[in-house]
Amino acid sequence: MRNEADISGKLDWVTVLLYILLVSLGWINIYAVVYDANAVQNIWDLSLNSGRQLLFIAASFIIILAIIIVDMRFYETFAYLIYGAVLFMLLLVPVIGKEVGGNKSWIGFGAFSLQPSEFAKFATALVIAKIIGSVGFKMDNLRSQATLLALIVVPMALILLQKDFGTAIVFASFLLVFYREGMSPFLLIVGVSMAFIAILTLIVENQWYLNGAIVLVFAIIVFFGKRTVKRILTLSAGALIIILTIQSFDYVINNVLPVRHKKRLEALVNPNFDPMGINWNVTQSKIAIGSGGFMGKGFLKGTQTKFDFVPEQSTDFIFCTIGEEHGWFGSLTVITLFMTLLMRVIFIAERQKNRFARAYGYSVASIFFFHFAVNIGMTIGLFPVIGIPLPFFSYGGSSLWSFTILLFILLKLDAHRSQVLQRI
Amino acid sequence: MNQGRKEILQFVFLLVGVIFLIKLFFIQVLDNRYAELADGNAILRQVEYPSRGLIYDRNQKLIAFNSPEYDLEVIMKDVKRFDSEKFCAVFEISQEELRKRFKEMKARKEYSPYKPTLFMNQLSSIDFAKVQDYLDEFPGFYVQARTTRSYGAPSLANALGYVSEISKDNLARDESKIYKQGDYVGQSGIEAFYEEQLRGKRGVRFKLRNVKGIEKGSFKSGEYDTLSVPGQNLITGIDIDLQQYGEYLMNGKAGSIVAIEPSSGEILSLVSGPSYDPNLLTGRNYSSNFKLISNDTLKPLFNRPLMAQYRPGSIFKIAQAMTALQEKVITPDTRIRCDRSIINCHGAHTNEDLRGAIANSCNPYFHNVLRRMLNQGVVDDPFGDTRVGLAEWNKHIMSFGFGKKLGIDLPNEKEGLVPTPEYYDRAYRSQAWKFSNIYSLAIGEGENLVVPIQMANFAAIIANRGHYYTPHLVKAIGENGKPLPQYRERHYTTIDSSYFIVAVDAMQKVVEEGTGQYRARLADVIVCGKTGTVQNAPPLFDHSVFIAFAPRDNPTIAISVYVEDAGQGARAAASIASLMIEKYLFGQTKRPHIEQYVLNNKFE
Repeated sequence: MRNEADISGKLDWVTVLLYILLVSLGWINIYAVVYDANAVQNIWDLSLNSGRQLLFIAASFIIILAIIIVDMRFYETFAYLIYGAVLFMLLLVPVIGKEVGGNKSWIGFGAFSLQPSEFAKFATALVIAKIIGSVGFKMDNLRSQATLLALIVVPMALILLQKDFGTAIVFASFLLVFYREGMSPFLLIVGVSMAFIAILTLIVENQWYLNGAIVLVFAIIVFFGKRTVKRILTLSAGALIIILTIQSFDYVINNVLPVRHKKRLEALVNPNFDPMGINWNVTQSKIAIGSGGFMGKGFLKGTQTKFDFVPEQSTDFIFCTIGEEHGWFGSLTVITLFMTLLMRVIFIAERQKNRFARAYGYSVASIFFFHFAVNIGMTIGLFPVIGIPLPFFSYGGSSLWSFTILLFILLKLDAHRSQVLQRI
Repeated sequence: MNQGRKEILQFVFLLVGVIFLIKLFFIQVLDNRYAELADGNAILRQVEYPSRGLIYDRNQKLIAFNSPEYDLEVIMKDVKRFDSEKFCAVFEISQEELRKRFKEMKARKEYSPYKPTLFMNQLSSIDFAKVQDYLDEFPGFYVQARTTRSYGAPSLANALGYVSEISKDNLARDESKIYKQGDYVGQSGIEAFYEEQLRGKRGVRFKLRNVKGIEKGSFKSGEYDTLSVPGQNLITGIDIDLQQYGEYLMNGKAGSIVAIEPSSGEILSLVSGPSYDPNLLTGRNYSSNFKLISNDTLKPLFNRPLMAQYRPGSIFKIAQAMTALQEKVITPDTRIRCDRSIINCHGAHTNEDLRGAIANSCNPYFHNVLRRMLNQGVVDDPFGDTRVGLAEWNKHIMSFGFGKKLGIDLPNEKEGLVPTPEYYDRAYRSQAWKFSNIYSLAIGEGENLVVPIQMANFAAIIANRGHYYTPHLVKAIGENGKPLPQYRERHYTTIDSSYFIVAVDAMQKVVEEGTGQYRARLADVIVCGKTGTVQNAPPLFDHSVFIAFAPRDNPTIAISVYVEDAGQGARAAASIASLMIEKYLFGQTKRPHIEQYVLNNKFE
């Protein structure tokens, strides 16, 4: 039997180094958040977030060790089992879960609680990679697409049941994986257009103006093109579909979406919308980040993040501390680290010899990217406030472990890439 | 297949990173607004109001001091929903007023929800004790302590002035940018004139606070904090007992009493009647009281000692005498027949010398004296000769401090009027005027105008035998301090000092055997004085005027009393002046019959 743990020579140490850097910076920042100049504090104190986060980081290293020790074939082989187990946990949450901050997405284990939805990410990534990596899989096959969609939608739906909108939409990031593995860009374009029209629906009060405009645009296209019956019919159908989309989107916004999400969407398209109410978080977050200047106010010297002006600053709004205390320079450092990590992960994914590992690698990149983009985007007012953590920076064991597992399974697969049969 | 998709994804990832960095560069580096907002959020700017300087009288009695007052301020951002009914009950305002206050506050130009804004001013300290218990039920509301002015005695109002909130106009005109809306500023009297010395320097403390408004220590260990510097105390020359006595005597009369220490120019008392209690114009009732007082038909805000311009009457004869002696048109021994054909006279006298003429206030004598002075025969033409004489006369009279602002340390002083040739050119619209047109000047009638402070200063000049210090209220700025430099300078008249002995002798004679003998004389001290009865349009009574100083040698008090519509100078004015002198020199008065005469006689 091979010595599974002895892969130190093959482990991608660049990624490991990036991981250690990000986790350390994250921990220091959490200390900065809880720091109180007037209190006698111990950085190791377990009653403080910084102390507990250190414990979580320590646990991460045990998890990393476990991932490395386990046989590399375990992940592909037991992908369905892992996925199933996580789905089971997600099903259990509404039954035995406990509510934290309005979201019932936690399962308690004594003093600690776990958030199964966090682990659904790597489980789904594994099962999607397994499908994509299976012999004879073709992305343009409708059946394949339906299978993949189902694998995403089920955990999404279960997580939506917990009212955790943020974590649910993270699963949309798998679209990027599908694109890389051969999905027609047409679908992505349609998706982006839908999003664009959705935003227009929010901005334009009366959707009949919007519908009228669309009819006009299509009429002009018909008028200036070849006026064949087939083309006119196709374009008319297209216009009808878009109008129906607008109508249904409008319906969803007004009747289905929880009011707070609807307000958040409205707040996004209109930054001046209720700055002291629904936009309070973003207003304060921007004030905190914006007051940092070029070099920041200095470590532990932030006033906004220190005195609780920014809500949830240890978790979703952790980037404010960086922005306030370390300024644009700090933002540049953190963003550069993330960009480097993303490029490295793509590089690793591309050098895999089988499709399973490559698709998994892209899943990791996509999920990290999605978290990065949405989290920082919301703190600076470019995205609606959707509560998802910034990888390695936000306080919390479940998310840290989830990202750690995601990343280190890839590194484990990568370390053994020369041992697998080429299947691409 | 799938060629270039890796690159597209890499591009998208990097693009998002770059967009973030650009956006961050905008809000962090280029836009300073956020830094300001952050300061507004977390840094509470607490202004420390310095205590205003105290004002003492010459015997170290406190006449103006500060009492604590509390303002209610609000930081709108921190205000949560609150029980408005309870709020109104606690702060004793109506629901309507509450709404009105919010509306007015938000309408103010400098209003910001992040900054403490004045919501209600001057809760009295009794209110504050009650309010304190409820304050935590109304987050966002804070109590800011400051002080308000109080006055030790219900007198001296017009000299002290008052302190009130700075007006919008004054705020706009304030180029020093020291004041902010809601600040208190001296509006008249000493409070206004010495505003710079009294106000002190405001201090600022920057405190950190968290989102709940709970203080978290000082910002950067107090690096930017400034300590407030209390205002300087002022020691006035006022004798507050004398002042109160003067106001007591002037009760029900219109006019003024000005008493000066001749050797220094310090004002001992400055009575303006009618007056008001200065405490009415402090605290939260300021506005309503101010309206009452300023609408009063008796004009209690009119500071007569400085602002009322009267014809001086017979007291002016002394100035004429001094001028004539200096011009050598008469000697002290010059006798002039009391020829009552041109100008009337009173009393039984026929051919007096200068001292006698002053003592009997002989009108024809001074008519003659003025003619000698104005028509000295320098020019043959009687018109031109009068011009030359009047210009010379004007120079001498002005040197007594008449016809110009003396420069007392109070605002709104009036000049009075000493006519010049140019003045008559304008009045007659030509140069065709001569002595016969203007002879009323001789007896202090005609175009002459003086203010009571000038009359008292005139008495001080005679007491000093020819010089004066500009009358002033404040003798020391700060403990052991000095008065302002302009009050340490001695001013000389154009008259040789040696001539003044004639005036002194004559004024002694006025009191001992002349027009003022009955009521102005004091048993233990030689009082020198001069009566004046200023013509008034019938049916109104003449104005009663008296100037005096005492003792004759090394005088310690010079005084002018002007009582409107009270008849002869020998009556009300002479009585009041002598009572004031007696009170100042001996600490008490022993002539109840004179006091009763002043208090009870209606002088009609």
